[in-house]
Amino acid sequence: MLSKSFKGISNALISIFAGFIVGAIVMLSFGYDPLQNYQNLLVGAFGDIYSIGETLRNMISLILTALGFAVASKAGFFNIGGPGQYLVGWFSTIAFTLNFSHLPGFLLITGGLLCGAVAGGIWSMIAGVLRAYFGTSEVITTIMLNYIALYFVNFAVKNWLAAKGSDSSPNIVRKASLNTNFLQEITHNSTFNWGFFIALIVVALIWFYFNKTRSGFETKTVGLNESASKYAGVNVKRTIVIAMLISGLLAGLGGAIDGLGNFQNISVSNNLPSVGFNGMAVALLAAENPIGIVFSALLFSALQIGGLSISVYSNTPSEIVDIVIAAIIFFVSIKYVFELLLKKRWFAKKRVSEKEGADK
Amino acid sequence: MKRKVLAFLAATMMVGTILVGCGNNSATSKGTKHSAALVTDGGGIDDKSFNQSAWEGLQSWGKSHNLKKGLNGYNYAQSNDDSDFLPNINKLVKAKYATIFGIGYKLDNAIGSAAKANPDTNFAIIDSVVKNRKNVASITFKTEQSSFLAGVAAAETTKTNKVGFVGGIQSDVIKTFEAGFKQGVKAVNPKIQVDVKYAGSFSKADVGQSLATAMFNNNEDVIFHAAGGTGAGVFTAAKNSAKNGKKVWVIGVDQDQKADGAYEGGNVTLASAVKKVGTAVKDLSNQAMKDKFPGGKVVTYDLKDNGVGIINDNMPSDTWKVVQSYQQKIKDGSIKVDPK
Repeated sequence: MLSKSFKGISNALISIFAGFIVGAIVMLSFGYDPLQNYQNLLVGAFGDIYSIGETLRNMISLILTALGFAVASKAGFFNIGGPGQYLVGWFSTIAFTLNFSHLPGFLLITGGLLCGAVAGGIWSMIAGVLRAYFGTSEVITTIMLNYIALYFVNFAVKNWLAAKGSDSSPNIVRKASLNTNFLQEITHNSTFNWGFFIALIVVALIWFYFNKTRSGFETKTVGLNESASKYAGVNVKRTIVIAMLISGLLAGLGGAIDGLGNFQNISVSNNLPSVGFNGMAVALLAAENPIGIVFSALLFSALQIGGLSISVYSNTPSEIVDIVIAAIIFFVSIKYVFELLLKKRWFAKKRVSEKEGADK
Repeated sequence: MKRKVLAFLAATMMVGTILVGCGNNSATSKGTKHSAALVTDGGGIDDKSFNQSAWEGLQSWGKSHNLKKGLNGYNYAQSNDDSDFLPNINKLVKAKYATIFGIGYKLDNAIGSAAKANPDTNFAIIDSVVKNRKNVASITFKTEQSSFLAGVAAAETTKTNKVGFVGGIQSDVIKTFEAGFKQGVKAVNPKIQVDVKYAGSFSKADVGQSLATAMFNNNEDVIFHAAGGTGAGVFTAAKNSAKNGKKVWVIGVDQDQKADGAYEGGNVTLASAVKKVGTAVKDLSNQAMKDKFPGGKVVTYDLKDNGVGIINDNMPSDTWKVVQSYQQKIKDGSIKVDPK
């Protein structure tokens, strides 16, 4: 078990390193200074308390959408519906908070978050039910549900929440915000909010769910082999629906926290929120390990927030960061090649002992 | 194996430390009055429309004062997502840019809150009004006037008596284009039908193309678009139609879009209803330089001061004359265009 996760970590680190090398090569070939840019990136992400606040805030939704993807993936499903579930969650939270703004702050926040998570969960469960009872491919249904979510939310924001002529809702009341004055003060007006701690608690809960509960175990067995787990007495259909439900709850919660903590309102969007897709990349880099997701989200968030600094402090276009991110994902996906190399050269002995002992 | 991984970790951390250690401390710099930067609203600085026009204005301002792109000069920060607005603005504040532009009404919330937290920095918002902030200048354009002229051009050109309008997202700003266009068409010939369609997005060229194709098939032969990147699809549809032997026209928006209408054997851009975001950016940067930044005010650009206008791309001279005569009437006030 231990050496398995070490292998995962070394895979991830090699991919990250290779991604940065690719970025450096691209920058060099266009005449930009990679060391200077990477330094700007690092300073931009962690240079002062404000930037750290932004980087940590950006992690929240990455962690939650990544966890959502990971849960479905452990059960053997490719839930591409993260962006839609995130959006539905964001919308429901804002709609709830705007309509019940007379409630006391605590109830408003818990109610809002619950509302967002449940909405995301139900959205995802539609695909789960279709998969479990009708065998519909969840890849297709979640992609399509993304678009339904996008256009439905745009319609709803425009017609129900926004003032006439405007295309964003009014801001939520101050007491419903997760970004309190106290946090603003200590992080020099960054958008860092309490949602970060909620996300960390959720990470612990999901870790607990997979490693210590029966339902989590069943989810994993269904992911490994559906027929075998059916034979072993697992209610496969129920497990599928539950896994998709949890997956959507998490993505929806991500949208809810971003709504209350970061945006404070919701606007008509041109495209699906990219965080839903980035969450998938975060989960892949972390090999779907809940603890790994925290670190992987930190990396992605630092790249995104630090990346904004690149064009401010040098002439390099900030798109270079997208190349680095894409390269990292590319190297993660071809990890089989690394595994083969590692197996042949360094870990030959370890692999044998792992196979004997670790299949827990 | 553990040792190997640890060694690898240590190596990575060392590289990290070196990265931090070397190089000069670029994050600190002295602020001067002569620096300005802009934050895009989601499109890039090469969107052939709104953001590009703003960036070109800022570049030309910088060059005319011998400034360089970068700290103490002029710069941009590109937003990939709405959540990037505030971090982008704050990064520019930290880098001590004296004047910061929010390009597009989507940034008004972010500009408002950044202005509250940084009262010593000049902020400007395009296409929206941020109230009660003494350090925010709000820039608006009377685009209904240029759109009126686009309507005149369309009405003078159409042979089918059917023209079309493709908008991005329905909002107050885009509604002024629609309203002006309709009034311009009606002023020439009240019998001409105006078909109004919204794509629901400023960045979906495919939606623009399918909308425009349907409209051309419906015998509409001139389309005015106010849809940013979505408009690229309108041009594609028009060029396809022209290549198949059915000549149709597109009226471009924001920038001179003549180049977008070129295809082998011709050009489909009839005219362009320009909105000189770049001029506004340049003006305000100059005013900020002279300590005359119009903070707390609403600055309006119209036909008279060349903030909006129409460019003749492929109109025959008699059409152009009619357009110009209407332009004169709007300028001297004998025609008033309603923005709604």
